Amino acid sequence: MHNLSLNLKHISLLVILASLPLLAAAETDEEKGLAIAIEADKRDTGWQDQTASLEMTLRNRHGQESKRNIRTKTLEVSGDGDKALSIFDSPRDIKGTAFLSYTHALIPDEQWLYLPALKRVKRISSNNKSGPFMGSEFSYEDLSSQEVEKYSYKYLRTEKINGREAFVIERKPAYKHSGYTLLVTWLDTEMYQPLKIEFYDRKKALLKTLTASGHQQYESQFWRPATMSVVNHLTKKSTDLHWKDYRFKTGLTDRDFDRNSLKRAR
Amino acid sequence: MLARTTLLLFSAALFGNSTLSHAGEWSGYISGEFRAFADSPVDARQHDNNISFSAQPEYYIDWDDGQQSFTIVPFIRWDENDDERSHADIRELTWLKAADNWELRVGIRKVFWGVTESQHLVDIINQTDLVDASDGEEKLGQPMLNLALIRDWGTLDLFVLPGFRERTFPGEKGRLRFSPHIDTDQATYESSDKDQHIDYAARWAHYLGDWDVGLSYFNGTSRDPSFTLGQDNKGQPILIPNYVLIEQWGFDLQATLGNWLWKAEIINRSGQPDRIGQDKPYTALTAGFEYTFVGIADSNADLGMISEILYDERGDDASTPFADDILLASRLTLNDEQSTEFLLGMIFDSDDTTRLLTLESSRRLGANWKITLEGQAFINITDTELLASVRKDNYVQLEVARYF
Repeated sequence: MHNLSLNLKHISLLVILASLPLLAAAETDEEKGLAIAIEADKRDTGWQDQTASLEMTLRNRHGQESKRNIRTKTLEVSGDGDKALSIFDSPRDIKGTAFLSYTHALIPDEQWLYLPALKRVKRISSNNKSGPFMGSEFSYEDLSSQEVEKYSYKYLRTEKINGREAFVIERKPAYKHSGYTLLVTWLDTEMYQPLKIEFYDRKKALLKTLTASGHQQYESQFWRPATMSVVNHLTKKSTDLHWKDYRFKTGLTDRDFDRNSLKRAR
Repeated sequence: MLARTTLLLFSAALFGNSTLSHAGEWSGYISGEFRAFADSPVDARQHDNNISFSAQPEYYIDWDDGQQSFTIVPFIRWDENDDERSHADIRELTWLKAADNWELRVGIRKVFWGVTESQHLVDIINQTDLVDASDGEEKLGQPMLNLALIRDWGTLDLFVLPGFRERTFPGEKGRLRFSPHIDTDQATYESSDKDQHIDYAARWAHYLGDWDVGLSYFNGTSRDPSFTLGQDNKGQPILIPNYVLIEQWGFDLQATLGNWLWKAEIINRSGQPDRIGQDKPYTALTAGFEYTFVGIADSNADLGMISEILYDERGDDASTPFADDILLASRLTLNDEQSTEFLLGMIFDSDDTTRLLTLESSRRLGANWKITLEGQAFINITDTELLASVRKDNYVQLEVARYF
């Protein structure tokens, strides 16, 4: 069952299986890992669209900080990765720069960048999702939508982390240009949201650790963190993301995520 | 006239039944620039090293849930030596209304079409502000009425362009200019309406998977002047720009395939005289690729290799210096906190040893400052070439800008 090319029948079967409480005894660690991933996906389905603003704080090894302010709009796409639009408010020299991406699980995303000084919309290469986002310790890959098919799974154990019960799951990226070989994820057993992720690079060395905190529930269903921090163990650099003003079901459509909307994104 | 119409429309919309979603905001920059030249000028009237300051504030306000907006972007430059380079412009003064399947823009704007790096054949809406940047990348604001129809089959942009803007050229004291210099006060037009001729343009743009395509049409006054030799009021020789009526079809294409970007721009223009005064229709082309090596040497840096061919079927009679040339360039993007970038390029003439070397690099300083280093070198220029008058104008330029 850890075969990556799961078809929809398998997934819906697993959704049914995952909702059955007596399943645990019979399944393998791989099946259990996948079932948890499917459950997490199911619980985070139906938000339709989301807007939020975020402040990014980049910190180098000497503790010097620089900040970025970004607003994001996301459209939920069923059966595929989400569509996302990011608009940069600061640093001021890139104010008005907007980034549009149609994310996909196993094939390269489609990405366009709007450069306001040149009034130019540029289609950009998206083969590599592992590059740094805005000079931060987050890669494009880290910030794109989490689809079940993106990984193969293996359940390791359940343990307490920061006083919360979490499933510890091993994920292996299925995307061949991924920057990682392995992700160890602590997924909250109640919220089904990651509390901590350890990223292992292409050399299978621990590259960075992400921690998420301050989760709140929106629309009585969707949990979102207030803070996400990544520490890079090789460079000793870190990045904090502070999320604000989460809004859901605001009525955004495909039209808000086309190349025309990119040019007038503010 | 058009500005007034825009303001009226803006006021009508503003004080109609709509509500402001938030207060307007100011942004923009102030910049200081120093240019150092390697050689003494061709013409003794031209200046040596030069200082210049410019500012480009921007005011933006939207309402109607972001479906309507108003933007004004004035630009002003002061130059130490060149009176023509000291100038002001309205880069943008636009009212925008966006709806489900159309967008309407009325006012003064800048529009960019195309995909290639070495030159922008397809890009025709705005006049080039050649005093501001000698590489032709800066544009003047163009009055327009622009309706975009947004459909499943792509976006169709329709333009009515009332009011023509003449190209700006460095004055007699300026560097990076033709010799003799161009006297813009004596500009002539093919159309009896002169700079009041109304131009039309249309563009269809769409994307299909990995392919982005655009097809465009323009009918009106050419943004590229032809020149005749004349005299100024002191009897000194000058060049007089002449603006003819042209028709241009353009096609641009980009395929984004893994780490490869494949690009092409093709135009067919009729009505434009060549260097010997013949105005046969002609075809010109820019085509090439950019390949990116991601994360070179285990770092976050990306290295892009760019190559483009620049072709004009008129050959040596072409009105541009790029009739049969090749661009080789390399772009280094460090992907660091300061967004450090370098672009080093050389255009090779395939017939002779003429070379044009260009460097562009930039880096953010702190949160609000940006430093830009640029340079150009004109190598092995012969006396008969279009570039002959800039053969002594190799320069480096340092610019420091404060953004707010």
